[in-house]
Amino acid sequence: MPAGTMYRGREGMWSWVAHRVTGVLIFFFLFVHVLDTSLVRVSPEAYDTVIATYKNPVVNLMEFGLVAAILFHALNGLRIIAVDFWAKGPKMQRTMLWSVVVVWVVLMLGSIYPVLQHTIHQLFGKG
Amino acid sequence: MATTETTPGAPENPGAVAPVIEPPRKRTARTPRSTRTNFELFAWLFMRLSGIVLVILVLGHLLIQLYLDGGITKVSFAFVAGRWSNPWWQVWDLVMLWLAMLHGANGLRTVINDYAERAATRAWLKALLYAATVFTVLLGTLVIFTFDPNIS
Repeated sequence: MPAGTMYRGREGMWSWVAHRVTGVLIFFFLFVHVLDTSLVRVSPEAYDTVIATYKNPVVNLMEFGLVAAILFHALNGLRIIAVDFWAKGPKMQRTMLWSVVVVWVVLMLGSIYPVLQHTIHQLFGKG
Repeated sequence: MATTETTPGAPENPGAVAPVIEPPRKRTARTPRSTRTNFELFAWLFMRLSGIVLVILVLGHLLIQLYLDGGITKVSFAFVAGRWSNPWWQVWDLVMLWLAMLHGANGLRTVINDYAERAATRAWLKALLYAATVFTVLLGTLVIFTFDPNIS
């Protein structure tokens, strides 16, 4: 990359990148998710067999990642709407991004036990 | 910027009439047909409106499926059958399916338009995207409407 041409978009640019990346990931999961749910039209056994893979600790951790992606995309999406439609939005965009990050971190911390409880019980026993 | 430089377009004598600059995206008779509609405006608006609805529908869905009552452990055919015995959740899932697929498809359309530089590559990727989207929306809709709890 030639010197001096790095786009220094700061928070606005990185939130845009993160919004794209999480959006694409969520969309690809959605295809898989509609397909796995469609197995309820095949047989209860077919559906339950595939859903069992969702209860594997590694896949459970991926569900935590999915929650992380969706929560960021949802919170940042609301920020984008505020930037577009709220008169003070453009001026407040950076403040709003850091608010999004704080709320996201709090929600993710609160999600650790509910989402990962299956894996926690499996690895450390039902305490 | 050097201080001696004049701002481009600034009037050299203040009394003169400012030059008329044609808007870069003004529609003319030579504008391609595909850019003569308000499609991109509606797509932009749809992303925001569907986004607000999806925040409620998807976070509610996550809460029920992944957080409450043991998280993922309780999800099974019987659990799905119990939820879809209630028309409320059938409509919830149907609206969520359609909005999420259209929201995601339009998002990926934007990504393809941004990064696929060759016209033929763009066309093929979008054809694939639209085919996969139509297939998935129809499959999901069919499953919600034809679900049979007594299937064996």
